[in-house]
Amino acid sequence: MLSIKDLHVRVGETEIIKGLTLDLPAGEVHAIMGPNGAGKSTLAYALAGRPGYEVTGGSATYNGEDLLAMTPDERAAKGVFLSFQYPLELPGVPGLTFLRTALNAQRKARGEDEIAAPAFLKLARDKAAALKIDFDMLRRPLNVGFSGGEKKRMEIYQMSLFAPHLLILDETDSGLDIDALKVVADGVNAARAPDRAMLVITHYQRLLDYIRPDRVHVLAAGRIAASGGPELAHELEREGYDKYAKVAA
Amino acid sequence: MSLASALKSGDVAELPSRRDEDWRWTDLRGLIRAMPAASPPGDAAALTSGIFDDLADETITFLNGRRLAGAGPVAIAADAPRTIALRFVSQARETAHHCALSIDLAPGATLTVFETYEAAGAGYIADVELDIRLGEGARLERVVLIDEADDAVAVSTAEVDLAARAAFAQTALTSGAKRQRFETRLRHGAGARARLDGVYLLDGERRGDLTSEVVHNHLGATTLQLTKGCVRGQARGVFQGRIIVNRGADGTDARMGHHALILSERAEVDAKPELEIYADDVSCSHGNTVGALDEEALFYMAQRGIPDVEARALLTEAFVGEVVDRIEHEGARDVARDWVAQRLRGNQ
Repeated sequence: MLSIKDLHVRVGETEIIKGLTLDLPAGEVHAIMGPNGAGKSTLAYALAGRPGYEVTGGSATYNGEDLLAMTPDERAAKGVFLSFQYPLELPGVPGLTFLRTALNAQRKARGEDEIAAPAFLKLARDKAAALKIDFDMLRRPLNVGFSGGEKKRMEIYQMSLFAPHLLILDETDSGLDIDALKVVADGVNAARAPDRAMLVITHYQRLLDYIRPDRVHVLAAGRIAASGGPELAHELEREGYDKYAKVAA
Repeated sequence: MSLASALKSGDVAELPSRRDEDWRWTDLRGLIRAMPAASPPGDAAALTSGIFDDLADETITFLNGRRLAGAGPVAIAADAPRTIALRFVSQARETAHHCALSIDLAPGATLTVFETYEAAGAGYIADVELDIRLGEGARLERVVLIDEADDAVAVSTAEVDLAARAAFAQTALTSGAKRQRFETRLRHGAGARARLDGVYLLDGERRGDLTSEVVHNHLGATTLQLTKGCVRGQARGVFQGRIIVNRGADGTDARMGHHALILSERAEVDAKPELEIYADDVSCSHGNTVGALDEEALFYMAQRGIPDVEARALLTEAFVGEVVDRIEHEGARDVARDWVAQRLRGNQ
């Protein structure tokens, strides 16, 4: 589904991703682990097309298409979803307005009919109930005044509403207590599907106790320094990232 | 020095110019080389229906400065609340027109005015003078939508006098013109209340000017003022707000806010908030900010599939929505909200 080859990404004057290669087949969950500053968030932003994250070399192919040639909203319409480490607050923009605008923009870009207000409300209600989200929260400006846990839950909610194919979870566990973590992990696990792939970016092994990856990659100094099965996450938890930092250096 | 006197005499020297402090950002003298001919009567049959017609008991229309039906001041008695749609339509091409209207509210009367400035021509000069008087305890809400032609010069000035405990609320929304100015000059009675709000959404080479002067001469009056604007392209927004609290106007409460978004490098906002306070026991504040849209929020919205134009419109709508939400008349609030939504998505 996603094939990254020798990717180089620069932010300002600094090269952060330095020749990263990764294959993520449909139906699989891969974890990206690594020390702070290794380039984990940069990889997520580059894949989502954030302005200022300049790809200077390599390629990223998504379902056979050049992902890097698309604008961020085109990528979203094609099913790329980045769950933000720090979801944005949008003062004055009611959650439901935001969600319906986004859903219809995606549908329009795919050549589908817009979803009418009653059908949208039913969908929004059903998905909220499934994630135990108070529907009244969606009438308020998006994420404004929400706790860290509520914001992450809202990301998972959006994920369930938009039904994307490539999920990139950027440090979704940061700032979550154990109960919130379980809610988020349940939402992610429920989203596992044969036509869906996930890239779970995390610093700690803890999240991977709840979201079990098929593969674990260690990102250090802008490259994949090692890859392995789920047991690699436990090894990292025991031994830390030091040896990879040295190899990369 | 005013556009009205220049129109009357035909002498451009009487136009307000940059040498007049209150007109330095909307210099008409420097713009208009010769006073154009007077506008002919318009074609009333060509008038479309007004956006507020359904909400109003009565519609008063001025076409090229001429009132279509009725004459004399609008007098509102205290017996029942009234709603009036007031339309100023310019069908003229390269000509000029002027009109004046007085609105008198008896003590205790209640009126809602839906005021629209509508363009069905080009290159015209339009001037409107309103004289609004509220008797003791009277209430007036004024909702104003200004849509002039790109190449028009349009000035509207209201003199507002409030008797004791009268309440005046105003929300003016403008999309500007070649030069467009909406001016309100208000004098408070004792314990009177005024809300003077504004929204400007300007693009292309349009300019919009929201100017006000509020004078507190008596005890315990309140002024609340919130103006928000957004400029794109090479547009230029002007906000001038002056609140004068004279000796003896103790217990005055006055708050003024002006906040603008500048969405392009060549767009400009000029703001002059002024508080002149000569009384001792007053509570006054003002705030003035100019900023841009949050790039991180724009990326977040793009990541959820919202195209850039729509994302910017949503954030701008939210920004000025705070002003629109203060409109008390529910139907007018919805019309104003739609007006904003359309202005932000059109002319791209």
